[in-house]
Amino acid sequence: MRSTAQEIKEEFLKSKIGIVGIGILLILIVISILVVIVIPVDTFKEWNNPGSWISYPKVAIPGWVNLFLSEKIPEHKILNSPKINDVISDDMAVTYHQFGVNFDYEDFPNDFIYEFSAKYTGTPLLQMDVTRPDGIQLKLFSASLPNSNTITVHNERIFSTDDMIKKNLYLQSNKFSFPLNDLSSEDIVFSKTGQHVPLKGNYVFLIKMYGNKSENQIPESKLIIGGKAFGIMGTDELRRDLVVGLLWGTPLALFIGLIVAIASVVLGLLYGVYAGYKGRKTDEVMMRFNDVIYALPALPFLIILSITISNSIFVLVGFLMVFGWVGIAKVSRSMSLQIKTRGYVDAANMMGQKDSKIVFRHILPQLLPYAFASIAISVPAAITTEAGLSFLGLGDPSFPTWGQILHDANVYGAASRGLWWWIVPPGIMIAVTGLAFVFIGNALDTVVNPKLKR
Amino acid sequence: MTLKKYVVTRLITMFAVLMITLLITIALVGSNMDSILKQGVAFEVRDGITKNPKISEGFASTDEFETFVQIQIQQKIKSLGLDQPWYSPQRIGLTMYKILFLDFGHATFLTSDSGSSDVKEIILEKLPRTILLFTTATIIISVIGIFLGAVSGSKVGSIIDRITSSFAIISSSFPVWWIGMLMIFLFSFVYHIFPARATPLIPSSDPNYIGSLLYHMTLPLITIVIIGFGSWAYLVRNFIVGIMQEDFIIAKKIIGIDKKKIIYTHALKNAAPPIVTILALSLSGSLGGAIITEAVFDWPGMGRLYFEAITVMDLPVIIGATYILTVFFLISIFVADLLYGYFDPRVRTG
Repeated sequence: MRSTAQEIKEEFLKSKIGIVGIGILLILIVISILVVIVIPVDTFKEWNNPGSWISYPKVAIPGWVNLFLSEKIPEHKILNSPKINDVISDDMAVTYHQFGVNFDYEDFPNDFIYEFSAKYTGTPLLQMDVTRPDGIQLKLFSASLPNSNTITVHNERIFSTDDMIKKNLYLQSNKFSFPLNDLSSEDIVFSKTGQHVPLKGNYVFLIKMYGNKSENQIPESKLIIGGKAFGIMGTDELRRDLVVGLLWGTPLALFIGLIVAIASVVLGLLYGVYAGYKGRKTDEVMMRFNDVIYALPALPFLIILSITISNSIFVLVGFLMVFGWVGIAKVSRSMSLQIKTRGYVDAANMMGQKDSKIVFRHILPQLLPYAFASIAISVPAAITTEAGLSFLGLGDPSFPTWGQILHDANVYGAASRGLWWWIVPPGIMIAVTGLAFVFIGNALDTVVNPKLKR
Repeated sequence: MTLKKYVVTRLITMFAVLMITLLITIALVGSNMDSILKQGVAFEVRDGITKNPKISEGFASTDEFETFVQIQIQQKIKSLGLDQPWYSPQRIGLTMYKILFLDFGHATFLTSDSGSSDVKEIILEKLPRTILLFTTATIIISVIGIFLGAVSGSKVGSIIDRITSSFAIISSSFPVWWIGMLMIFLFSFVYHIFPARATPLIPSSDPNYIGSLLYHMTLPLITIVIIGFGSWAYLVRNFIVGIMQEDFIIAKKIIGIDKKKIIYTHALKNAAPPIVTILALSLSGSLGGAIITEAVFDWPGMGRLYFEAITVMDLPVIIGATYILTVFFLISIFVADLLYGYFDPRVRTG
């Protein structure tokens, strides 16, 4: 067995597939680091909180799909930086918030929502108008906010389904040459006047708050134009932005895969080598125990364990280790049986060296190439097992993984509804991460077992 | 070690494993199981008493009646031995004895298609379907795999070899259930060829049921085969490559025996023991993997039963299904061990 580190490195670098594997792994690591730095942990913790995704669209297709379509799908727009203009005179204070939207699609938006939180005293009046590309101005909303004598903060969402908006639009129906009955507000606001088709161009939504105090403000002001396309990866049934889940899944998958693989290989190696080196009764007892663990059906057990004990991701990592070390222990035992018979081990024995020293100095280093190959090969198994358990709905809800995204996709019947952007990316991420390690493992394997090379 | 002694040691180990598995399962779900059993008894007693109006007529007030019912329930619990905690040696012994002879009791929520809530009947109804799907798949996989493996093992470096090897490596890192979702998307959403749910809609008593079941089986079958045969071919290829470097094969080549003949008679024969072992193991392995695959395709077998039992926490079904899966797993490991010991005498001497 040739085993100097230099030789192994040289052999490894000769294999293209190994280099590809290392390349993919490096990309994944960079993604993980960026994700941890760039995406705040809070967004990720809010993954399973429906309240924090409310301004996102339901099952929206990824936004880039529009690049390939001639009939553009309306994109979901969240506008949260309006042009603010305060006009204050002696007896009146008006705050203007102006949102400009370029609407360039062949279909009407789903809805529009104005979400705000206003800080005021007294009874300010809130008005919303829209100026359309053809110059027509439509009054949408006009109502006073609840009266308050002290400074108060008022949160509200004005939906396009609001009765006041509908009534206002009917009052202006003379501007349209077709009947407005049964049409929803967004279908009217974004329609041509001559016929009922979308009008493209720049729309300006103007929100006015009239009050008599200069401290009246709208600190949070957001206009949402509901669409059917959103972001880089689209959203799911629960309005979650899939790109957040997909990106955060990367460090989690690497964590699970690497920790489980390294720990179970180290455990298996030590166990196997010790049993093989000791031999006789110790070996017999240790191998019987190994047989017992080997014969336990892993998946049913993992399922029962995660139901009854805990579905925490850290506990799961522990369980995966319990089932991971067995095969490695078997192989490393038989390898250490071979190495034991070599002259230098005998010599070390006769010199009176301690068992532990012989194992760590003379036997284990010989097994290192095999150990690295097994680590690489065990990673995908750990990742797919975790994904499988999560897919069954047994995942840790506080750490959403790719498997859990697929679980939700399956629960909401994404496959038979044709929601490909909910199914394809998580699976590809699982497969690509697995492949990186399979490639590395394969390249290492050819180095360790020269027989397979020809 | 003789073959007989070898068989006996393996048998004892297997039985020990079975008992340990049972013990762990009972220990894990025992306390939950206890409350479910007690609720069941209380319900049964109350039901029996209310069905007989004469008993309730004899009481002056509802309070008195209630105490009577409670006493009845306590007596019944005591007579069944449920007053002792689940971890008392007698209870564990009794539970294990019952399970060992396939008496799993009654399911809490789930029923079989014919409406029975006896766990044994439910399992007996689902098991053949799982075996039908996964055994068929494993046989197809192994036939394709052995053939492709032999071809690419004999022509190392050829196009066929490269395609097979890379397909094997790539397919092994895709989860079967994910490919399943893609297949459903492709064949039932885009092309409408196969149904998305693999459960036939007609009742099992209908004469067309078998045909419908087979039609619904196609999509899961194709998926399992696509994902499975690559790694099989790769394994067989590696065995063949190893054997082709043995001295006796090289000698045969030098004598001038036809290369095809060498591969299909001599090399494949020598690769048989590990191949047979893997066949036995993958048959049982597929049963475990069935849990997720069947959940995706909604195939009405053991795997989906297990999945449903988890979702509603139907403990008797979970215990029963775990036991049956373990038994199958152990039998196949045992058969694999025996075959290996039979083919390769070195194993027996350890």
